[in-house]
Amino acid sequence: MIGSTILVGLSLFLIIGTVIIKGLPFLSLDMLTKTPNGGYYFGRSGGVLNAIIGSIYVAGGATLLGMLISLPVAIYLNIYLKKENRFARFAKLSFDVLFGIPSIVYGAFAFSLMVYLGVRASLLGGVIAVALLVIPIMVRTLDEVIIHVPKELKEAVLSLGATRWEMAKIYFRQIKAGILTAVLLAFGRGVGDVAAVMFTAGFSDNIPTSLNEPAATLPLAIFFQLGSPIPEVQGRAYASAFILSIFILIIVVLSTLLTNKRRKKS
Amino acid sequence: MTQTPHISVKDLNVHISGNHLLKNININIPDKSVTSIIGPSGCGKTTLLKSLNRLLDDIPEVNISGSVLVDGEDIYGPKTEVTHIRKKMGLLAQRPFPLPMSIYDNIAYGPRIHGLKNKKELNVLVEHYLQAVGLWEEVKHRLHTSASALSIGQQQRLCLARGLAVEPEIILGDESTSALDPISTKTIEDLLIKLKENYTIVLVTHILRQARRVSDFIVFVYMGEIIEFGPTEEVLLNPKEALTKDYVKGFIS
Repeated sequence: MIGSTILVGLSLFLIIGTVIIKGLPFLSLDMLTKTPNGGYYFGRSGGVLNAIIGSIYVAGGATLLGMLISLPVAIYLNIYLKKENRFARFAKLSFDVLFGIPSIVYGAFAFSLMVYLGVRASLLGGVIAVALLVIPIMVRTLDEVIIHVPKELKEAVLSLGATRWEMAKIYFRQIKAGILTAVLLAFGRGVGDVAAVMFTAGFSDNIPTSLNEPAATLPLAIFFQLGSPIPEVQGRAYASAFILSIFILIIVVLSTLLTNKRRKKS
Repeated sequence: MTQTPHISVKDLNVHISGNHLLKNININIPDKSVTSIIGPSGCGKTTLLKSLNRLLDDIPEVNISGSVLVDGEDIYGPKTEVTHIRKKMGLLAQRPFPLPMSIYDNIAYGPRIHGLKNKKELNVLVEHYLQAVGLWEEVKHRLHTSASALSIGQQQRLCLARGLAVEPEIILGDESTSALDPISTKTIEDLLIKLKENYTIVLVTHILRQARRVSDFIVFVYMGEIIEFGPTEEVLLNPKEALTKDYVKGFIS
């Protein structure tokens, strides 16, 4: 057990170490604040601002869209349907399966959908593909949160003469922190995923200004930069990876803080 | 019985998922006194209590027939508004459950949803009901901190105050002290005895000694039927029915 813990710690250390050692020399303020100069493949100056903004757009949009779908689903499955309800059980099983499907499948599915509808690779396509990817994560997280709302809450509020709407408001207060956790989890997953956006979001050196324009994301930028024959561009890939890692780190720290806060409260 | 009935239950039958849980319940619960419902686990005590403020409504496959009259109004009548019925009754649950908000907001919640907005009046109310349950001195410096930080005994008193703040006439207690330590239990019991001057109180309990300490009347329920109903001393010390005798002496539980 100690051995495997050391192994895990060591590999983490190696990965982060590689990213820092190879990426740090190329990290500059330009990386964060400028779009690539001379193309992402050959360009040796400029930065990855297009990918940073693109990642935020894609992951943010997907999280928003995902939440709009997942919250009603989770509420319906847990509050309107009974636990033993066959449909609810089937739906939960389906979400578990979807949870495990690799993201490339979501990308391919969204891509074929887009071909069918005649939508070209764009920010919208990326948002939809990533939303498909994060919906199962969100539904399962919200599911856990809602299951753990004590049934006494309902009786306590109703016995004060509250209407259903007032009851719903209190319910929302109770699960607010859980919803935030789900949002952060989904956002973190969306930001880091490459396969879902590979065919669907396209790639661009510019910051997208509308939903129909193609958008770059950080993982895609890393992927393309690493494929470049020029060593400087490869180094820039590590710098991008470093930026992405910091991004994810912030999200993880935030969600841990929130979870701790929720634990303390209840 | 000389007291006028406050709640009167007529031919109440409750089926849940095909199980006949309450059978032909007929009872008049006296005004301004404490009535305890006793009986073995699973006999229908809690179901009976919850049928009084329509908390059974949301259970799937529930079938209720008969009537429950509160001040002469049938709470299961087609025109009766359920929120209005529930406002008349405060429920003190088995485990205290503070709402996810501050101590102050917990008390103010009920009055607020029933339309009271005035801050000064709310302040007065909150202080009044916290005083009524003896919690004011303990929490007056931290009214705006989270209610879940209170001890469990304090939480239960908070829940009682929260229930009282909507100005009910009836208090329903569902084994309200079963999660509490002996000292908190005593505090709650003393409060209930004090409160019966102004409220009709119905308690469910499985502790016979508690029923004896606090109640004026006792209802003994067995297998969904009322076996015996009468003044506390009579039912406990001189039961008329053989089943009651067995239960009181501990032969059945």
